[in-house]
Amino acid sequence: MKLQINTSNVVVALVAAGLVVLPLYSQLTGNIFILTLFTRIIIFALAAASLNLIMGYGGMMSFGHAAYLGIGGYAVGILAHEGIGSGFIQWPVALAVSALYALVIGALSLRTRGVYFIMITLAFAQMAYYIASGMSRYGGDDGLTIYKRSSFGGLIDLSNRVQFYYLCLGCLFGGIYLIWRIINSRFGLVVQGIRSNEQRMQAIGYHANRYRLVCFVISGTICGLAGALLANNTDFISPAGMYWTRSGELMVMVVFGGMGSLFGPVIGTIFFLLLEELLSQFTEYWALIMGPLLLLIVLFARGGIMGLLGRFNRG
Amino acid sequence: MADPLLRVENLVRRFGGILATDNLSLDVIPGELHAIIGPNGAGKTTLISQLTGQLMPNSGTIVFGGRDVTGLPSYERSRLGLARSFQITSLLPNFTAADNVALAAQAHDGHSFRFWGNARKEKPLRAAAQAALTRVGLGARADVPVSELSHGEQRELELAVALATKPQLLLLDEPMAGLGVTESARMVALLKELRKEVTIVLVEHDMEAVFALADRITVLVYGRVIASGDPDAIRHNDEVKRAYLGDQHVVVAHG
Repeated sequence: MKLQINTSNVVVALVAAGLVVLPLYSQLTGNIFILTLFTRIIIFALAAASLNLIMGYGGMMSFGHAAYLGIGGYAVGILAHEGIGSGFIQWPVALAVSALYALVIGALSLRTRGVYFIMITLAFAQMAYYIASGMSRYGGDDGLTIYKRSSFGGLIDLSNRVQFYYLCLGCLFGGIYLIWRIINSRFGLVVQGIRSNEQRMQAIGYHANRYRLVCFVISGTICGLAGALLANNTDFISPAGMYWTRSGELMVMVVFGGMGSLFGPVIGTIFFLLLEELLSQFTEYWALIMGPLLLLIVLFARGGIMGLLGRFNRG
Repeated sequence: MADPLLRVENLVRRFGGILATDNLSLDVIPGELHAIIGPNGAGKTTLISQLTGQLMPNSGTIVFGGRDVTGLPSYERSRLGLARSFQITSLLPNFTAADNVALAAQAHDGHSFRFWGNARKEKPLRAAAQAALTRVGLGARADVPVSELSHGEQRELELAVALATKPQLLLLDEPMAGLGVTESARMVALLKELRKEVTIVLVEHDMEAVFALADRITVLVYGRVIASGDPDAIRHNDEVKRAYLGDQHVVVAHG
């Protein structure tokens, strides 16, 4: 990839730099709130980036992505509840269970296309939601409090706000780097080709669904990591976190930022969560403003915020 | 006579009450250019789609290179050396010409579960793409996105994509469709070159091109073969003349 100096790249670089120095600002001003807010934003940005991999690059409109946040979170929460506090066990389990869930759901859902795919992924996520609600040993509807964050020996202390923030940021940057490698690899080009023209790709020798499924699993696994981070961030996990509205929010974050743009989901998540924070200070009906805004973006700015920034370059 | 590269036997495909392919049998000999002609609605594209596996026949068999491929999906037939071009241009519009061809080459270079290296920097794939593009006269247009290519260039790119899969048999569905006079002439010249290397089944409406290129011609009407033979024999075949000159007559005869 050639690095070009244009509006969108400058904005991305500034945002990335801003995220890196944010704890410094927080320490200097004593503003702890901004650090916790942005920890949450970064975790959701990772989830949105993983959704963008299948939605933007793979053309798979999954309406059940919040399930992975829940599964990753419950893996951490349940293990902690059962006395297994080591992150070296909790996190690999979170990733493995998310991957397995994605494999099963993907294998079943990918038989369908379009609206049916959206509906079936939604249905499976709702199933996961009700299963979580039914787990009375782990709090059922009320959720499960995590009394101790994942421990990584002396390596890193997740209870330290700044250390945890940088861990999340590292996961986000690592995740985006991974996605960047993937979309430019042989595999990534095939997946994007299938989104563009499945019939053509089959005709030149690709088993489309096999590639789609692997992409679906990669995306689910990354989102499972976001789930493990989120559970540690809130010290709590409940079925509400995997409700379908949460899946919808993740989709909106991706659309705001720009589907199929590498850094778009990060921008979109910052925009969405900051706006939500801001608007909810004025009115509890903040969704009344968010809704029309989404409509405007879908109608007039298909490429989301990154698409709008790109327009400046062409004058 | 050599063993046929492609043998179609008693192929039947129905769409509701319509028999689009009616007990059709056909042989393609290695090295020949076999043209399939017929009036609109004769079932030519339906036949091609069954040969490549996009459409499954109701009954009958398709044997390619001595292997029964009737039940194989299209991606597996492609791996065996069957390539097609589409009547309605079917490319990846937001990719460049080179990307389109390189992806075809990549499909025949092992599996594509490689997640790390930059595929656009793989020299062998890019070289294969460039060679196929040069072959069809698009060498200078490699980095142009498909959506910015002219219709004629897109038709040529269709051919380059098919060639990059290193096919044994090339199924061309109306490669001249929508081309102007000069573009058509270029395509005919190109096909004359290609036929020296690869067996071709050509579906085409342009009779001048067909008679200039074909070793053998099969004529389809209402999904049935009404005649098959060398161009001279077809030219003088009475039933073919009726099919083309007096459609009415055939309709009556058929019903």
